[in-house]
Amino acid sequence: MIDTRKNESVFVSGDEAVALGVRLSRPQVISAYPITPQTIVVERLSEMVEDGSLDAKYIHVESEHSAMSAAMGASSVGARAFTATSSQGLLYMAEGLHYASGGRMPIVMMNANRSLALPWSIFGDHRDSMSMLDSGWIQVYVEDAQEALDMTIQAYRIAEDPSVLTPFMINLDGFILTHTYELVEVPRQKEVDSYLPPFSTPNKMSLETPKSMGFSTSPADNMEFKYQQHKAMMDSMEVIKKADKEFSEMFGRSYHGLVDCYQCDDAEYILVTAGSVTGTARVAVDTMRIKGIKAGVLKLRFMRPFPEQEIRNILSGAVSYGVLDKDISFGYEGTMFTNVNSALSGSKNFPRGMNFVGGLGGRDISVQDIEEMFIALQKCPDNAYGDYIKSRVSFVNMGVNINE
Amino acid sequence: MDKPELKDFTKPESIRDYPVGPSFYGGHLVSVNSGWRTFRPVVALDTCTGCFRCYLVCPDGVIAKTEAGKVAVDYDFCKGCGVCAHECPFSAIDMVKEDISE
Repeated sequence: MIDTRKNESVFVSGDEAVALGVRLSRPQVISAYPITPQTIVVERLSEMVEDGSLDAKYIHVESEHSAMSAAMGASSVGARAFTATSSQGLLYMAEGLHYASGGRMPIVMMNANRSLALPWSIFGDHRDSMSMLDSGWIQVYVEDAQEALDMTIQAYRIAEDPSVLTPFMINLDGFILTHTYELVEVPRQKEVDSYLPPFSTPNKMSLETPKSMGFSTSPADNMEFKYQQHKAMMDSMEVIKKADKEFSEMFGRSYHGLVDCYQCDDAEYILVTAGSVTGTARVAVDTMRIKGIKAGVLKLRFMRPFPEQEIRNILSGAVSYGVLDKDISFGYEGTMFTNVNSALSGSKNFPRGMNFVGGLGGRDISVQDIEEMFIALQKCPDNAYGDYIKSRVSFVNMGVNINE
Repeated sequence: MDKPELKDFTKPESIRDYPVGPSFYGGHLVSVNSGWRTFRPVVALDTCTGCFRCYLVCPDGVIAKTEAGKVAVDYDFCKGCGVCAHECPFSAIDMVKEDISE
C-alpha cells in the first residue's frame, strides 16, 4: 500500500491515479457502476474501502442513473461524494447531471472518454462528454496521470467553493490515459488535508434546520436559478486559477489555469487540443520548429467554464489556427471548434481557422498526422469560409478515399 | 397540532436573496391548495368515535384534532380524495359534492 505520510512516486495507470486522488480527498460516499475503461477506478476505490485505507461508504448501485442519484443524496446531506463513469454510462445518467448542477451539488466525477454507440466501441474519443457540455458541469480534460490525480484534489476545492457549488467532471482519454502506466508523484495526506478542508455547506438537509430541497418553480422563479448557475460557472474561472496557484505553491506543480501553451508566444500556426493528444502535438511542434515553421499548441484544459479571454489573447496573434476535435456535431463541425471560433469572433484580428476531426472511436493520431495539420494551416485559404463547412472541417487519417 | 402556517412569499428584489439552488427552509407554505376538490369530506361528529384512523390515512395531513378532541378537516388543503371516508370504521364521513356556484 502507498504510504501517504511521505512523498512517494508510484507507477500507476490514469485510473489508479484518480483513485489515489480520490482517497486523498477523503470523500464520505462513493457510488459508481463499472464500465470500461473506467472500471479500475471503481475497483481500486472499493478495495480501499474494504481494506480500511479509505473511510467512506461504498454504495453498490445497479446503474449509472442510480450512481448519480446516490451521489446527489449524499451531497444533499453535506457529504463529499464521488462517482465515475464513461460513454453510454454518462449518457444513461444524463438527466442526473442536470439535476446535480441545478441542485448546486458539488459532486466530483471522473469520466473515461469513450466513443458512443453505434457502432459499438470501447475505445476513446470525446463525443460522450462534449455532448454533455450544456449540463452545467465544470469540465476539465487532463493530459496525463499526474494531472488526473492533481485535478481530482483540485476538483473538490473548486466545486465546493461557496461561490461555485457546481459539480465537476474530470475527463481522461479512454485507454490512452486510463490504462497507461506512468510514474506519478503522490502528495502527502497531511498537505492535501490543509489544501482541501472538509466539505462544509449550509445548503443541505439537516434535522436542526429542515429544508425542502429540489423543489419545482413556476416560470416566475425558474430563470433566476438558471442565472445563478451561469454566474457560478463564470465565477469559477477565478477560483480555478486560484486553486492552481495555491496547488503549485504547496505541491510544486502548476497547470496554468484554464489553458496551457506550448511555443505560442511567436507562433504563426497554433493547434488547439484537449487531453492526451496534447503531448503528441508538442512533439509535432518541435519537429515543425526544426523545419523553421513557427508552430505552437494551445492546450484547452477547461471546456466549461470556457476560457474565451485566454483563447482570444493567444490565437489572435496567429496567422491561422486549427482545432483538433475528437468529436463531430454531425451536420456542422467539432464542438471545440465551434466554441473556439465563437471566442475569436469578437477579436480585432480574427485568424483563419480549420477544424480537424480525428481520433473517433479510438483511431490513432500520430505525430505525422499533426505535422500534416500544421502544413494544412500554412496553406489555409484566405477565407476558410468560402466553401462553408466543407472547406474548414476535415476528417484526419481516414482509412479510405473519401473524395467522392 | 403543529402545522405549518400560511406565509406570504415576496419575490426577492436582488438575485443575492435567492436561495443557492432550489432549496428553502422546510414547511414554508405560500398558498392554499384545494381548488380541484369535487367532493368534500364531512364528518358526522355524533357518529365519530374519535379513533383518528382518518388522521393516519390522510395522504395530505389535513386532519387535525380540535381542542375538544374532535376530528377537524382543513379544507384549505384537502383535495377530496375520499380515503378518510373509505377507511372510517364507523362510516362517520360522507363525501358531499361541492357546490360549484359558491
